[in-house]
Amino acid sequence: MSAFKDFDTTWVMVVDIDKCTGCGACMAACQTENNIAPQPDASNKLRTVSWMTVYELSNKMPFPDHDMAYLPRPCMQCGNPPCVSVCPVIATDKNENGGIVSQIYPRCIGCRYCVAACPYHARVFGWYDPVWPEGMQKTLTPLTSTRPRGVVEKCNFCHHRLNLAKDAARAQGKNPEDLEDGAYKPSCAEICPTGAISFGDAKNAKHKVHELIKSPNAFRLLERLGTKPQVYYYSKREWVRRQGDNYLKSEKV
Amino acid sequence: MGFVEMEKDWYPEGAERCSLGKFILWLAFLGLFFLWGLYAAVIILWKGLGVTGLDNYFGFGLWITFDLAVIALGAGAFFTGLLRYIIRIDELQNIINLSVIKGFICYSGAMLVLTLDIGQPIRAWFGYWHPNVHSMLTEVIFCITCYLTVLIIEFIPLVLEQKQIYKIPFLHNLAHNMHVVMPLFAGIGAFLSTFHQGSLGGMYGVMFARPYAFREGFFIWPWTFFLFVLSAISSGPCLTVLIAGFIEKLSGRKMTTYRIKSLMAKIGGSMLLLYMVFKYMDTWAWINGILPKAGLTFDQMFYGMVYGKWLFFTELVLCIPVPVIFLLTPLRRKPVFMYLGAILACAGVVINRYVFTVQSLAQPVLPFTKWEIYAPNWAEWAPSFMILAYGFIIMSLSYRYLPIFPQEKKLNK
Repeated sequence: MSAFKDFDTTWVMVVDIDKCTGCGACMAACQTENNIAPQPDASNKLRTVSWMTVYELSNKMPFPDHDMAYLPRPCMQCGNPPCVSVCPVIATDKNENGGIVSQIYPRCIGCRYCVAACPYHARVFGWYDPVWPEGMQKTLTPLTSTRPRGVVEKCNFCHHRLNLAKDAARAQGKNPEDLEDGAYKPSCAEICPTGAISFGDAKNAKHKVHELIKSPNAFRLLERLGTKPQVYYYSKREWVRRQGDNYLKSEKV
Repeated sequence: MGFVEMEKDWYPEGAERCSLGKFILWLAFLGLFFLWGLYAAVIILWKGLGVTGLDNYFGFGLWITFDLAVIALGAGAFFTGLLRYIIRIDELQNIINLSVIKGFICYSGAMLVLTLDIGQPIRAWFGYWHPNVHSMLTEVIFCITCYLTVLIIEFIPLVLEQKQIYKIPFLHNLAHNMHVVMPLFAGIGAFLSTFHQGSLGGMYGVMFARPYAFREGFFIWPWTFFLFVLSAISSGPCLTVLIAGFIEKLSGRKMTTYRIKSLMAKIGGSMLLLYMVFKYMDTWAWINGILPKAGLTFDQMFYGMVYGKWLFFTELVLCIPVPVIFLLTPLRRKPVFMYLGAILACAGVVINRYVFTVQSLAQPVLPFTKWEIYAPNWAEWAPSFMILAYGFIIMSLSYRYLPIFPQEKKLNK
């Protein structure tokens, strides 16, 4: 059934939670970059199509010890994705160097089994026909395909940008399988005003993330469930790290 | 001969039925629910699933619960077929027809709802064209569609045995020949049905990142695979008994002997006892193995009223050991205990399918998220009622015109 998939290149995102101000620029950039249509009712947060969602974390302590943090959550691109093996029609797979979990919109039948299997709520369903109000069609980018209603969609680390970066490398006579640090960056990482989001190849020692993920302050969400995400978080605050997973009272992080 | 007189000629040999006017009124009453559901179905197909109460937290909701419940309760068909044709408990021939019709209704009804439930119904055939052999859902798609075909094949000879149709020599012989090969289809049906009942359970058990549903297992099958089979074959025969009892109550006529119903109830009860043993072991392993490994406690699996512990105890105490006692002891001889036992067994399987479908999704796995409440809206209720009305209509027509109860004539002399 499901198993860990390893690749020579492993694209990882490292989010420094201590730097994140919760401004939501990553969410806005993602929506624009990936042609996400305006929602008929954006007030229902369980219905919105949002590939990147910023969560608010609290240490639940009273003043003056109260502290909070913001946690941007893209698709984790799990090394052992719970969503891939369940799909009845192979509309999602993890089979390309880099480890990005794909989503094939024209094949998805909209059964939402993957939505149920993903504990990160990274997968969303198209509940409504995507409609761009008059004039807003001009904001559509030619790089990302739009989706009809009735299929599941999710973050793919702006995969089209990976293709563009590889093309650029080829044009410059460089190896497209050995991109320089920063040559490929999802839109959220590019837009983040505080530089909280780092991105790169975890297997490439020349990339910054290679070292970042080794920090004792780096952690992944729900690691003990065995999903092995390719998204890492970083925080010097112990209570923040503890919210990355479930722990019994007797356990220490 | 007027139409009303002619209609009487369509009844099974020696059977009395209510007046045509009364029957049409009954059908019209059911038809109202059916039309309401049909209206909802058209709206859903036209406007999309945005009209339902489902959302990104609850991709599965009332419909999946409904489907899993009716498929489990419809298991009476394959299991009775297996016992009748393969194990050769001949007495069951007096209730096998009812089981087959019930199975047909349950499975075809579930398929209709599934067509509404998927976001892209016109891609439903992709399950065959691009199958992912690792997905439990692929196996479900395969087996449910194949088994529905088997049920249709099992249902056809019953229709052909209708008094007037049976007079046509070709159809008469066809029905006879189909009966001859029926053990083969009973066998295929048992095989297909066991697997997809299991795969429906497997669907939840394999969700390793959902601690509420995840289970260890044997080879590629999580324990829920086997538990869903057992709970289906224990509640399935119970529903057959309830339907037979309901038809008798409504018509005021005897359809089968109490002995037959009691036998079915005993079969259901025996399976329920087996289920109880494994379900209790599984629950113990879940509480002491899966949950602590995920850093979670038993108490964290419950919340408020709709996800409360009362459901857990109702399912595991009131709806398993109590019906086991009612159905497996001499208490079964009293109709009140037999029917109550059957009702509890069926209620238990419905609760089980509900908590696995909805509660496992509502339980917040990420520590910084919270429990969410799911409430189905009219667009989900209406098609569910449509299927219930559809079931009642098929059953009413079958009861009126098809010779489904071999003992009816003798018992009502």
